[in-house]
Amino acid sequence: MATGVDSPGRAQIGLKTARSDRWWLAPLRIGVILLFFVVYATIRIFMNKWYWVDEFHYLTPLYSPCVTSSCVEGSSHLGTWFGDFPRFVPFSLITFVILAGFRGTCYYYRKAGYRSLFFAPAACAVPEPHKTYTGERKFPLVALNLHRYFFYGALVFGLLNVYDGVQAFHGKDGGFGIGLGTVIIWVNLVCLWLYTLSCHACRHIVGGRLKNFSKHPLRYRYWTFVSKLNPKHGTFAMTSLFTVILTDFYIMALAAGWFSDLRIIN
Amino acid sequence: MSYKGKFRVWRGDSEGGELKDYEVEVNEGEVVLDVIHRLQATQTPDMAVRWNCKAGKCGSCSAEINGMPKLMCMCRMNTFEEDEVVTVTPMRTFPVIRDLVTDVSFNYQKAREVPAFKPPADLKPGEYRMQQVDVERSQEFRKCIECFLCQDTCHVIRDHEENKESFSGPRFLMRVAELDMHPLDAADRQNAAQDQHGLGFCNITKCCTEVCPEHIKITDNALIPMKERVADRKYDPIVWLGNKIRRRPA
Repeated sequence: MATGVDSPGRAQIGLKTARSDRWWLAPLRIGVILLFFVVYATIRIFMNKWYWVDEFHYLTPLYSPCVTSSCVEGSSHLGTWFGDFPRFVPFSLITFVILAGFRGTCYYYRKAGYRSLFFAPAACAVPEPHKTYTGERKFPLVALNLHRYFFYGALVFGLLNVYDGVQAFHGKDGGFGIGLGTVIIWVNLVCLWLYTLSCHACRHIVGGRLKNFSKHPLRYRYWTFVSKLNPKHGTFAMTSLFTVILTDFYIMALAAGWFSDLRIIN
Repeated sequence: MSYKGKFRVWRGDSEGGELKDYEVEVNEGEVVLDVIHRLQATQTPDMAVRWNCKAGKCGSCSAEINGMPKLMCMCRMNTFEEDEVVTVTPMRTFPVIRDLVTDVSFNYQKAREVPAFKPPADLKPGEYRMQQVDVERSQEFRKCIECFLCQDTCHVIRDHEENKESFSGPRFLMRVAELDMHPLDAADRQNAAQDQHGLGFCNITKCCTEVCPEHIKITDNALIPMKERVADRKYDPIVWLGNKIRRRPA
């Protein structure tokens, strides 16, 4: 029996969609960006090299914190927690799980992924190709409700990134210095924090779960602040995705010796 | 300045129908509903169309214009090129009655399934006290004009007729969120949202927000906060434990 817009009783229009605009362009564009990031991040975490520039103390966010004994000298700010990982295991595994988990369960990326990668639906009023649909009620998608735990993890990693950012003010002679890498790292930090603080789980935790704001004026102020950032969460999500790639690529290029850092001070 | 607009309008009923082509005069400043009325007045006196206020406040003239769910009275003709064919069809999620008129009783059924505001047992009518800051968040949802465009565009029921029984749709999940955020509502809305109204079906693709003529941020301000509240109650072991220890309701 026909289902969806062709279900019995509904207007039999004979078109899957009557949309005449280029509705496919946005999901295609987002899908390409997401796939590019997935491929780039996968390659990078399995490379296990070119993540630390000792001369200027630049550490890429994809490998922060570096806590195995395989990490190159100077990159283990938090000490060494683990011995050598087998070669096929990325030693930024913890970072990858938390950050990929935070983005993978993020409400914005869920929308982007459902539209661009799963076509559920690709665009509004465009039929999805799936015969059945159960949403986020069953395993594994029900686990997306754990977004808040990845948010907590992202907060911790955000603080570690700030520490890395402070370390990046390192000059050639060992004193204070600023280079293009420092600027890129701090631009990335700002974008990452805007993305993290504008998160829907953050908005809920700081005050959204309350019934009476009047009894919690401080939390109401936090909630109001996050609520101002929240409408731009999608913009921050995509911007920070690009800045993470840019930061990682720049540090990889410096570490590999493809070019040298443009120094502003020392 | 007038021109002859090319229109393709669906004509038919639940037994069948087809898209028919018309050329209708379009004048400056008009909206799609004006042209549909002119079509009705000059060429198709038997064409069925539901409308009322012509001001985007009654929610009657919902339809799909070039495939997108819209109010006909709020869709300006100057958003189309003069030689562009404008396709007007009825909403495709609900059973059609005739031409552009659909049977939206599914929504009334779902509305009845949401229990009304339940005040605390120790308060009598006239004793309700609350502050503006506590109610203003959910006042956004009161702007809803019940045009049901969000229900129409939601793929959960648009593409899967079988989900209609267990999914209330964005409009009524927003109503549940409104009540759950109400400072004096004492009913359990969180379990009901997930178990009876099918909040878990929602995959937050935001089409409901995209089509809302009142620009209510349905997904960001109602559905996602409600999902987080449900996560508190049903999926977060730490919140659950904290509430048990402090012996307070979630």
